[in-house]
Amino acid sequence: MGRYVIRRLLQMIPVFIGTTFIIFAMVHALGDPVNALFGDKAPDPAVAAQLRQSLGLNDPLWLQYLHYMRGIFTGDLGKTFSGEQVTSLLASAYPTTLKLTAVAFSIEVILGIGLGLVSGLRRGKSVDTLVMVFTLVVISIPVFVIGYVLQYLLGVKWGIVNATAGYGAPISDLILPGFVLASVSLAYVARLTRTTVAENSKADYVRTATAKGLPRRRVITHHLLRNSLIPVITFLGTDLGALMGGALVTERIFNIQGVGYWLYQGIVRQNTPTVVGFVTILVVVYLLANLLVDLLYAVLDPRIRYA
Amino acid sequence: MSSTAVSARAKTGDTEETPLLQVRDLHVEFRTRDGVAKAVNGVNYSVRAGETLAILGESGSGKSVSSQAVMGILDSPPGFVTGGEILFKGRDLLKLSNEERRKVRGAQMAMVFQDALSSLNPVHTVGTQLGEMYRVHKGSSKKEAKLKAVELMERVGIPGAKERVNQYPHQFSGGMRQRVMIAMALALEPDLIIADEPTTALDVTVQAQVMELLGDLQREYDMGLILITHDLGVVADVADKIAVMYAGRIVETAPVHELYARPAHPYTRGLLDSIPRLDQKGQELYAIKGLPPNLLRIPSGCAFNPRCPMAQDICRSEVPPLHAVTEEDGRPLPGRGSACHFWKETLHG
Repeated sequence: MGRYVIRRLLQMIPVFIGTTFIIFAMVHALGDPVNALFGDKAPDPAVAAQLRQSLGLNDPLWLQYLHYMRGIFTGDLGKTFSGEQVTSLLASAYPTTLKLTAVAFSIEVILGIGLGLVSGLRRGKSVDTLVMVFTLVVISIPVFVIGYVLQYLLGVKWGIVNATAGYGAPISDLILPGFVLASVSLAYVARLTRTTVAENSKADYVRTATAKGLPRRRVITHHLLRNSLIPVITFLGTDLGALMGGALVTERIFNIQGVGYWLYQGIVRQNTPTVVGFVTILVVVYLLANLLVDLLYAVLDPRIRYA
Repeated sequence: MSSTAVSARAKTGDTEETPLLQVRDLHVEFRTRDGVAKAVNGVNYSVRAGETLAILGESGSGKSVSSQAVMGILDSPPGFVTGGEILFKGRDLLKLSNEERRKVRGAQMAMVFQDALSSLNPVHTVGTQLGEMYRVHKGSSKKEAKLKAVELMERVGIPGAKERVNQYPHQFSGGMRQRVMIAMALALEPDLIIADEPTTALDVTVQAQVMELLGDLQREYDMGLILITHDLGVVADVADKIAVMYAGRIVETAPVHELYARPAHPYTRGLLDSIPRLDQKGQELYAIKGLPPNLLRIPSGCAFNPRCPMAQDICRSEVPPLHAVTEEDGRPLPGRGSACHFWKETLHG
């Protein structure tokens, strides 16, 4: 087990180097960041050349990458063009996005598994049909449409919630954005849970549990659900990273100054340190979440052994 | 009769008049998209404390379904009990509320399933699953339940029970897993155990051990035992009486050795003839021709008529009742019955 964790952590090193380099190269391929800095106006050639020199943009790509990597290991992730440290941006943006993701994830888990369980247990009944239609609708509508529609209806027209998140993004302002962010995943979780619950409810060990005279509630929680959640938890784990990335759209709709907001700024301004810094953290979170899921898997299903 | 058996009998309230379990005219059907499958069509049987009834039949004969109806674990929908009575210690189980019924399950009647690997929950330890019986029915603490689980495992002959109680089902061999299933059924010392093909998934040598264990425990606790099987070999040593099922009906009942010696139904005879025998080495093995009927369209009259070598016109029009079977001179044969219009010819002819 310990050996397995160490091996998995070591495997992250090449993944880490690979992803950072790819993103580095992709931002580089976007074009000249100095031109982007000046917007529509053509920059003064002398000023532009000086800027390029000072930013190290004249070096070959691999050298720029090496400089950047050396910086990372000393805790220096570079600066934005306005001179702010990327690390301080990260420190202000990530807590907000983590909060949003946590809200979305809770909604996804509670509603997704809840709806899936109810419809899986009552397969073919009207509740089931309702859940299936609801999830299908949610899956087929793009997130930004759901976002804007709900923002307009609940936030602007009926005034039930704040249309945008206020300063510091308090949890109460994040419930609607969280729901929007979770919506598609929630639908998938509900459908996945429904399928596994319906399948496992015919399993022999569920019949055994009933034959033992256990109350129905215990049969469902201890035997049926416990087994049905194994694939669902795998999905939830990989989805955690996707949620943080997906926050980009939701954060723009609800004006939440999190990772998505700064990542967007970084891409528009073609600022390599910002983009690479933010994405790298996303990648690390994603990898750790995956490792956590794989470890959790063994706890959930004792038949799985790590070697 | 030993003194423990007497007291156990007194405990269950079993007397000559009221057997432990009495199934009367039980009907079960499955309402499927293709139509109504009549899985059990008027089954009657009874089991006394300390007695073993074997229910014999092919797959689809209704033997498992009827016992699931008794246990109250029928998949419903699509399965429904549409008629009859299940009298257990004098009470009709079909009239109990779900909650009352649940309390009977596991505590007073328990079931041993065929495939212990799929019938045990893969994600809980054996100890947890055994202990669950005490936790739920007796409200025992976790610690007590575990001690009881170890005790149970020792009683069914699982070596190293103290260590193995924390293992998962997949870490046990097939025979040991089936012992765990039996231990689980035994946990609350029920009055009746229903064993649904308990040895089918096991090696032949292990089969014998498991059957022996079941038999020993039954004698020790003076339980009623219903043994559901399609294996005539398993039945002979253990059962007291046999009921042969075909297409949802009991077609023959008899004390075990009489059935083997002198079957009174052509179907039973066909089953006995299709057992491989050493003295027939090199000869073609007998098989009952045709297939078991589709339960959506059970043939009119006697359901066995399309496959029966003795079938006459009356077999296609009239359902034979379960006739009381007698000797040629009219002396009664207690416990024997045959649902064949030509039982006399089959038995004596």
